[in-house]
Amino acid sequence: MSGGDGIDIGDRAPALELPDTEGATVTLPAPGEAPATVVVWTCNHCPYALGWHDRLTAAAREYAERGVRFLAVNSNDADRYPADSPAAMAERYDAAEWRMPYLHDASQEVARAYGARTTPDLFVLDSDLRLRYRGAPDADHQDPSENAAWLRAALDAVLAGEDPKPATTESVGCSIKWRAAPEG
Amino acid sequence: MLWWSGCPSWGSARELVWSEMRALGLDPDGLELRELTTDAGAEAERFVGSPTIRVDGRDVQDPGAEPVALTCRVYRLRDGRISALPDPADVRDALRAALERRDRGDTTEARQEAG
Repeated sequence: MSGGDGIDIGDRAPALELPDTEGATVTLPAPGEAPATVVVWTCNHCPYALGWHDRLTAAAREYAERGVRFLAVNSNDADRYPADSPAAMAERYDAAEWRMPYLHDASQEVARAYGARTTPDLFVLDSDLRLRYRGAPDADHQDPSENAAWLRAALDAVLAGEDPKPATTESVGCSIKWRAAPEG
Repeated sequence: MLWWSGCPSWGSARELVWSEMRALGLDPDGLELRELTTDAGAEAERFVGSPTIRVDGRDVQDPGAEPVALTCRVYRLRDGRISALPDPADVRDALRAALERRDRGDTTEARQEAG
């Protein structure tokens, strides 16, 4: 199984409506305006997602001051990977600072609509919710000093009304755990 | 080395093991690569994530209570950072320990405990 074709740079992001770890529904578009929105696929048990997590949280905290919205989405098949169940997501969310809602995409439809493939996989959207950057947070999940430099550069460009350069990098991480196709 | 294609670190892991083997004067051809593709295969090997590196059957880092699954393995480097690869020093120490066992004439492979 694999994801869908997804969206390209310049495309408007698909709407989403997903539950967070407390069961509240989070939507995109959302009420109010944001100059930029980051949708990041992540999960509970991937060394790449875990390695980059603190850098993403720090970016979310710092860019919140400029009105940037972050959404974290977990689309992994929780039946085969219980570490990514809603209960496990809530437990992890409550244990640490996230600075962004952690959403459960049980049907995996949102991941397919965006074309997300890995954890992490970042989509930076502008104020019109058009995709402006897609890829990794920075060059090395092992090196905190990288400080999500690619994500920050993309956000700085979008906030300045410019095109991120590059607009895409290779998303590096664990593959999203797709549900098996029904037999028959 | 046991690996799964859904995790991109297996190539770097292979390079890491080859490098540490060469540093100890071992022939890198001694590294056996085995791809796991099914849940049944993972269960049979007690595979807790890719890459899993065993030297004479002994894991280079204790997997603890990690569940068996076709997934990426979470390693802790010696400085505490999370990584998709084991610490090179863990690989080196595992290779050295295996060499010492062989020097003592102990050629018994560790058995992975089932269940």
